[in-house]
Amino acid sequence: MNNETLIPYVGIVTEITQQTPDVKTFRVEAPGGGKLFEHKPGQCAMLSVPGISEAMISITSSPTNTEYMEFSVKKCGCLTEWLHAMEVGQMITVRGPYGRNFPVYDELLGKDLLFVAGGIGLAPLRSVINYVRDNRDKFGTVDIVYGSRSKEDLVYYDEIVTEWCNTPGFNVHLTIDREQENWDGHVGFVPNFVKELNPDLKKTVLMCGPPIMIKFTLGGLMELGFKKEQVYTTMELRMKCGIGKCGRCNIGNKYVCKDGPVFRFDELDELPNEY
Amino acid sequence: MKKLSFAKLNEFFAAIAAKEALYLPVNNNVGKAEFKQWSEGVELSHALNTVRSAKDFFFPQTENLMKFKMEGKSIEVSDDRAECEDFVVFGVRACDAASFKILDSVYLVDPIDTYYKNRREHGTIITLACGKPAETCFCGTFGIDAADPAGDVTAWETPGAYMLRANTEKGEALLALVADLLEEGCEKAVAEAQAKTREILSKLPLAGLSTEGVGVGMTKELFDRPEWKTLSESCLGCGTCTFVCPTCQCYDVRDFDTGNGIKRFRCWDSCMYSDFTLMAHGNSRNSQVERFRQRFMHKLVYYPDRNNGTFGCVGCGRCLARCPISMNIVKVMKTLGGKN
Amino acid sequence: MQEMMVKRAVELLENGTVDRVLGWTTGEFAYDMTPAVFRSADDLKNGFVYNDFCAANLSKYLIKECVAGGKILVFLKPCDTYSFNQLIAEHRIKREMIYVIGIACEGKADIDKLKDMGIDGITGITAKDGVYTVATIYGDATVKATDAMAERCLSCKSKKHMAYDELIGEDGDVVADCGRFDMVEKLEAMTPDERYEFWRGELSRCIRCNACRNVCPACSCEKCIFDNPGSGVSQKAAVNSFEENMFHIIRAFHVAGRCTDCGECTRVCPQNIPLHLLNRKFIKDINAFWGEYQAGENPDAKPPLGRYEKGDREPGEFGGVQA
Repeated sequence: MNNETLIPYVGIVTEITQQTPDVKTFRVEAPGGGKLFEHKPGQCAMLSVPGISEAMISITSSPTNTEYMEFSVKKCGCLTEWLHAMEVGQMITVRGPYGRNFPVYDELLGKDLLFVAGGIGLAPLRSVINYVRDNRDKFGTVDIVYGSRSKEDLVYYDEIVTEWCNTPGFNVHLTIDREQENWDGHVGFVPNFVKELNPDLKKTVLMCGPPIMIKFTLGGLMELGFKKEQVYTTMELRMKCGIGKCGRCNIGNKYVCKDGPVFRFDELDELPNEY
Repeated sequence: MKKLSFAKLNEFFAAIAAKEALYLPVNNNVGKAEFKQWSEGVELSHALNTVRSAKDFFFPQTENLMKFKMEGKSIEVSDDRAECEDFVVFGVRACDAASFKILDSVYLVDPIDTYYKNRREHGTIITLACGKPAETCFCGTFGIDAADPAGDVTAWETPGAYMLRANTEKGEALLALVADLLEEGCEKAVAEAQAKTREILSKLPLAGLSTEGVGVGMTKELFDRPEWKTLSESCLGCGTCTFVCPTCQCYDVRDFDTGNGIKRFRCWDSCMYSDFTLMAHGNSRNSQVERFRQRFMHKLVYYPDRNNGTFGCVGCGRCLARCPISMNIVKVMKTLGGKN
Repeated sequence: MQEMMVKRAVELLENGTVDRVLGWTTGEFAYDMTPAVFRSADDLKNGFVYNDFCAANLSKYLIKECVAGGKILVFLKPCDTYSFNQLIAEHRIKREMIYVIGIACEGKADIDKLKDMGIDGITGITAKDGVYTVATIYGDATVKATDAMAERCLSCKSKKHMAYDELIGEDGDVVADCGRFDMVEKLEAMTPDERYEFWRGELSRCIRCNACRNVCPACSCEKCIFDNPGSGVSQKAAVNSFEENMFHIIRAFHVAGRCTDCGECTRVCPQNIPLHLLNRKFIKDINAFWGEYQAGENPDAKPPLGRYEKGDREPGEFGGVQA
């Protein structure tokens, strides 16, 4: 990590992919090529355009990618609008990595994994999914349940279809909220879909998506007999420093930027319900 | 123990100021004490405490972090801060001295905040034991002894002279610098001054204030208490309590277009402000009752949880004196915790 | 007085005229009263207090209370009724949701003044015949109430209530020669450099806590420009001395013609900045340019800055002295 934690690196945006109408993925490299820094799956970085603002964004690329980092950003505020308007070759500032990662180096080893994501919530999980693909022998089966409003709103669609679906031991289950043309897959909300799939209770769940999806999916998992100790999620709160000092993301005795953003649900139970 | 006669106080200040910047409480144009730099003619205030706390020395209200030069698609970052120069602060009270430890436990834990560290390392603190505590004082509740404050040097006002005790190497060095102004001190005079102060402390209206019912592990018990609503009902949502508080350490990071590049600075922020937790997609604390609760839960439960039971309050009483509607941590503790 | 207020409030609560009461509740000491809403006779009997330290103007809380619904009883001092009327005029509160009891006021004490006299360790204050007996852990002190009176009360513009449903105590009169513009005149008489020095000396103490804005009954915008990230001025702290000045000057402009001179801004300022002087300059100028006008005197009056008349002065015709 950079010693001067508030002072960012400068990175160059080398590729921009329009994922959905309001999500773009930005490939960022160091000015001399290569990655700005190493990270672990689930960690985040502060992206900034000086003069606009700075925001915490999850690193969506896997640490096994040795050439660049990627960030998927939904257009919803000042900074993200600016990012969406920029062109390849633009410099932005990046600092990190911040926060606790998904426990791919210990607790998740050898486990069957169930990823549950909604909308842009797949971004932080993609880092883990691709890490698991690149370390296939260290993990058990992988199920991915991913849903969005429509087919067009599914991020990483091409990657899901061409790569994840063709990875041995991977089962991908896509769903969209409403029927539409060119879609012969599942239709319906993620929480119900997860229940329908009736996943094996041995699985460890990694979940990220809108609060409402998380709430109902968790409820469904509990009904199926899952324990909170088996379910991980990653949180999003307003952050400014990223290092547990500015106070903004404080919930109970935790700072989401430093003690999270990855939490197990039994840990969240210890916190006041303020997220 | 060293002794500095009142008659030599000015020489003492002058000798220190000749080597490094010296700050001390001075009465401002409205007769309130604030820390100002000493120069010939500047007089030490006899007020019990300053309106703003001494945290400003290490965590100023605004602080430049870095600059950016933007040209076309390129960005250049420059960290052009200089090494902080040595400085001395005279007249810090026990409460504020204790607050530095609280700030340290935030800013000096990994990853270290180098801006704060830079200032902290270069500051030498001379504390001044309290002789006439006020009704708003309750440092004793948090185990702080107003008669024996921490700091690099501790000073006691005794008849005719200050007694000075160096507590650290920095303090020793400072006293060595002014050795020719000092005489051998008198432990007995200090003990007498302390006894006097402690007797007053025991008579203060808040002397018995207890931390019963708040502290480590109390999140579940306290978070949903209905009293938060009445306690916060008339809160104006201003930042007065936060900004006069010696332990409040939240900040905002902002960019400012100087017309000649971008300056990134940080400034004090308050969890009492409505936009503190506002994000593009919503706010996790939408009402004043939630924001009010956060401030007090942080000081009375969350901070102790993370710091071996140490409370995030030093009982300086500034919020008691300054809140526009006279709501404060004492009222919160009494309402939620023990009855005394 | 306090007893009469509690008695009447209990009656109005119990006969269903109102469902809650906005007043002041007891503090830790003798002087730190907090505005509070009371919902039962017991609450009132146990916690309601009214004395010379109940200085807060309760009008602004009515904005929030009117959103909550029901009917609320509020106790208003004469100066508070100006703010009340102004809020009615600006459609920020609903008259029919509020029951106003006007209470006489002989001026409120400023605890800072007592403390500035060197009175510390206060454990109790009793008032009798215009004299405070202050008990402290260091011994008793007696102070004439007028010596401890808040500045704004020393130049009280009116002891007459501008609105009420009923009164407790005698209504007073508008004070003709209150002298509230004396300091403004002194400032006007200064050279621009002297005046600049004066204001820098005051405003440089500002810590941007927003207490002045948040307490101000005229600052009732749902989203203040200083909280709007898109405004470019939403800094939490002044970036430089220009911004330090600007915040207060812009705020004074925003409340010009609507500020009733209640003096809450100065009362709450933790740094004792005499912010009311900025507002009084505007009031004085408005009086001079468009004739005597007192915001909040009459909720139906057309405010000078809110109307246009053919004879109005054109820009450039104002002359006068800049403050």
